[in-house]
Amino acid sequence: MKSSASKKLNIPDFRFTPTIDKVGVEERVARIQSRSIKKESKVEGMKMALNMIDLTTLEGKDTPGKVKQLCYKAQHLHDHYPDLPTVAAVCVYPSMVKTAKKALGNSGIKVASVSTAFPSGQAPRNIKLDDTKFAVDQGADEIDMVISRGEFLAGNYDFVFDEIAAIKEACGQARLKVILETGELVTLDNVRRASEIAMYAGADFIKTSTGKIQPAATMQVTYTMLMAIKDYYDKTGIMVGMKPAGGISKSKLALHNLIMVKETVGDDWLDNEWFRFGASSLANDILMQLVKQQTGAYQSGDYFSID
Amino acid sequence: MERLGILKTYKIYIGGKFPRTESGRYYSPKNASGEALANICLSSRKDLRNAVVAARSAFGGWAERAAFNRSQIVYRIAEMLEGRRAQFLEELMKQGSTKQQAEKEINLSIDRIVYYAGWCDKYQQIFSTVNPVSSSHFNFSAMEPTGVVGVIAPEEGSLIGLVSTIIPIIAGGNTVVCLASEKLPLCAITFAEVLQTSDVPGGVVNILTGNEKELLEHFGSHMDINALCYAGASEDHLTQLNKLSTGNLKRIRNFEANCMDESSQSPYFIQDYQEVKTTWHPIENIGGSTSTY
Repeated sequence: MKSSASKKLNIPDFRFTPTIDKVGVEERVARIQSRSIKKESKVEGMKMALNMIDLTTLEGKDTPGKVKQLCYKAQHLHDHYPDLPTVAAVCVYPSMVKTAKKALGNSGIKVASVSTAFPSGQAPRNIKLDDTKFAVDQGADEIDMVISRGEFLAGNYDFVFDEIAAIKEACGQARLKVILETGELVTLDNVRRASEIAMYAGADFIKTSTGKIQPAATMQVTYTMLMAIKDYYDKTGIMVGMKPAGGISKSKLALHNLIMVKETVGDDWLDNEWFRFGASSLANDILMQLVKQQTGAYQSGDYFSID
Repeated sequence: MERLGILKTYKIYIGGKFPRTESGRYYSPKNASGEALANICLSSRKDLRNAVVAARSAFGGWAERAAFNRSQIVYRIAEMLEGRRAQFLEELMKQGSTKQQAEKEINLSIDRIVYYAGWCDKYQQIFSTVNPVSSSHFNFSAMEPTGVVGVIAPEEGSLIGLVSTIIPIIAGGNTVVCLASEKLPLCAITFAEVLQTSDVPGGVVNILTGNEKELLEHFGSHMDINALCYAGASEDHLTQLNKLSTGNLKRIRNFEANCMDESSQSPYFIQDYQEVKTTWHPIENIGGSTSTY
């Protein structure tokens, strides 16, 4: 693993970030989505996708009980199916980090916490820093921050950059995922620009969405971000992770995402160290598909855990 | 110059939409005089899968409709069917019925839908019970819809076969995934158009066309189909369905009645796809002479 802290970077002028050929992206994505996947590869791919899930609950109505239940599910996805991996992490609000940490024990599953006044990010910087420090103190292994979309759209790229850098510092050992909230950035040009700002400011991961805004993780957006990661890696030698989140609830779409990762940034990213899915109902769909492949019978949600 | 007629493309009906089969396959059934009826979708197991997903997501909303509202909607189906009389007549005759037979079948279909519209808010009173118990409880059993019901429609009776099997099932608040008659499929898709334009929410009825033998295994083993109505002719297929259905203990009903006969309409065809829920409610003895109720 290469650390982003060890190198001096030449920070580019973000006003001149390359523009994106939207039609080209759509065509490329359409081709990726038409790949046919044979049964054995499908099963392996689905297990890999399971292992990349950040099992998420980010609701105002979250209770410690709900979080404990989610943590149990993270460790016991479907006990009837032999040799299943666990998910990568559980993603919760800062107030639930302690509960999640305790419930997960030494299972190896990480606790990710959203912070910086998620999901709007409309709070002063000192509050965002406190929010982040609180989550880290509570034991969060990973921090999912949101960028200030208002400042970004107003053209204050330096503000956004500095904020990410400040939060990165507050994270300490915790890995930082930067949520661009692409549904609010509107254009792919903006997605590319925000990706670069986040990576140069020290993001360990860039993430599409909060899950609260539609559209969320479309293939087009994820593709644009993956290409930004590839270009950044080619320039600096630093690997940055990718996390599409929101709207990926079917295993087929998850497989298409994995194909896209392989065909853009390459095999090195096909690991939960560098690629994650932010999802809540994806895990059950994958489990149902795996059992379908095993038994031949289409499955029913009645026989799987409630999300 | 003579005008070329525009032929209808028969597609399938899933979730309130008319997609083609995902498989891209079709077959061309012929009538008795060897004339090809149309190109009909040969649905695959994936179409069945999609239809079950649509039926499952429509189930909650449909089951929770007030019985009276379901009744209005079922009645609306009859109204729309009446308006399409000429089209059904033409299709039935193309498939080999005489004009007289076709008219009889259409009339009976409309009447049967009205019949079940009437039952929508009445079968509960007939089949629910208040049960005598020897403790201070009000004990009652109420009817609840079973869920997603698969229907394998009769081979004979292109329209009346669908009406006789599907309508009592949806009248009881279930949703349906139906495989239409393989050799007489024309009315099935026209009937789907009737359903689509008559306030029946998308997904409540889904209609596929294709081969019974091919889809049988998946109708039987699908864990998200809660009951099956088998109106086909093959004893062998019925036995297979019974074996396959053990995975989720589907309820299987063999619909043997002759659809043109009075015996094929009855509230018991609604009851076939109802579950009984019994509730114990603590209360004083409501029937007693000292009761304050």
